[in-house]
Amino acid sequence: MKTGSLLSGAEEPVVQFENVGMRYGLGPEVLSDVSFRIAPRSFQFLTGPSGAGKTTLLRLILLSVRPTRGLVSVFGEEVSGISSEALTGLRRRMGVVFQDFRLLDHLTTYENVALPLRVQGRAETSYRAEVVELLRWVGLGERMHVLPPLLSGGEKQRAAIARALIARPELLLADEPTGNVDPGLGRRLLRLFVELNKLGTSVIIATHDFGLMELFPTRRMVLGQGRLRIED
Amino acid sequence: MAASPNPAAPAIEPALPPTLRRNAPLVPTDSAASRSLAAVIAILTFLAALCAGAAEIVASSAEQWQGAVAQEVTIQVRPGPGRDIDADIARAEALAKAEPGIRATRVFSKAEAERLLEPWLGSGLDLSDLPVPRLITLKLGDTPAPDLKHLRAALGEALPGVASLDDHALWQQRLSTMATTFVGAGIGIVTLVLIATGLAVAFATRGAMAGNREVVEVLHFVGADDDYIARAFQRRFFGLGLRGGAIGAGLALAVFALAGLVARAWRSGPAGDEIEALFGAFHIGWRGYASVLLIGVIASIVTGIVSRLTVRRFLA
Repeated sequence: MKTGSLLSGAEEPVVQFENVGMRYGLGPEVLSDVSFRIAPRSFQFLTGPSGAGKTTLLRLILLSVRPTRGLVSVFGEEVSGISSEALTGLRRRMGVVFQDFRLLDHLTTYENVALPLRVQGRAETSYRAEVVELLRWVGLGERMHVLPPLLSGGEKQRAAIARALIARPELLLADEPTGNVDPGLGRRLLRLFVELNKLGTSVIIATHDFGLMELFPTRRMVLGQGRLRIED
Repeated sequence: MAASPNPAAPAIEPALPPTLRRNAPLVPTDSAASRSLAAVIAILTFLAALCAGAAEIVASSAEQWQGAVAQEVTIQVRPGPGRDIDADIARAEALAKAEPGIRATRVFSKAEAERLLEPWLGSGLDLSDLPVPRLITLKLGDTPAPDLKHLRAALGEALPGVASLDDHALWQQRLSTMATTFVGAGIGIVTLVLIATGLAVAFATRGAMAGNREVVEVLHFVGADDDYIARAFQRRFFGLGLRGGAIGAGLALAVFALAGLVARAWRSGPAGDEIEALFGAFHIGWRGYASVLLIGVIASIVTGIVSRLTVRRFLA
């Protein structure tokens, strides 16, 4: 489901890896010779057994770790030696849902979801309506004043997803986003990602939930023993 | 979704829980550590303010003494064999009176001159055989400025070896050296205390950064730049610094006000004259109060700046 274009120059990949290798410290390579491109407006699952390097690959795209070798480009920018301002600029174009949610426990659900807009320096009144609408959409309309420690696993997950979506990112990364919810809600969240993709966001969902992947047949990036195989 | 936020806001508002917190500080407030840091800043500010106030009291008392000493000069007339001392005194007084800028003269009588020696020689002695020098005190006016050099030359010419002029320059110099030393020591101690405040804040900020590593990481991922994060920490620590500085400066002002009241009560007691001579009215004046407030403000600003620099360095 690659999106072709006659103006090939205008269709710069959102993410491009070329022969990327990654190891932590002096340990073995977690990823070896990984090469792929994520096209704009594309949707893909990243799958593979636990410990295959899914999270590491997402962290490389998020620029929270740097590759040991090879080239990583995000939004057309090669990331080795990137300045901290440019890094902030790139991160503002991405949304991320962490496996462990990473909600800030001292902020309410509303404040957590509004965070990406708040750190852009926007006034609270300018985004209030958007945040409330999204919270209602993900079914947290009644829980917006609650602190994360009091939310259930599924509620935390939805809050984390809402936080990733609020700034309408061009690229959404989600690490096991349906891991803690019942299958019904899982399908609903998947629909949300698909809707978002239709609006133009590239989506990468890391999961090993085959049921979920079968619901929406699309490109799969399969990691195994540090190598990447792409199933279109 | 509403197109413009302003008309939309009132429509959305009633649906939100009224207690919804919307802009809590991004850096979690750890109340125990915050209270300790505010207490440390308060104590350091208090000490710095006490020191500044004490230096101010010494400086203003020294100024008063110096003013009093500088407004008077003394002519000393020594008796010599074959000289009529009263005539010499009259001559010297006449010369002084003729000088412009001398407001008043007062001749110490022989009895008064002898009484000045009592602290050294004891009372009840017959000093009539001793050649006790006699003194004339001259009060100086402001305009026209007295020309003491001319007076000294005139005395030397008319009464050579008999009359001499003492302008208390040695005393004044000692006083001013002492006052300068006190003020310099005060400034040094205040600076040291402010540096200690800065270091305490740097340690506290590092602790807060280490404790909030997760928060910092999440802020980075949602698109906050280093400056934004540094400002969040700075705001929190500036708030603590302001609280600590205000408490410390407030306590110091209270101590000075109380000490002023106690000194006023003591002044009516037996040791009152000595206390007043030493400390003046124990009143630090507007300059002292201003410097105490300034120290409070500087302590808060130092706190804010140091926390920001520490965070920037930590993030780099």
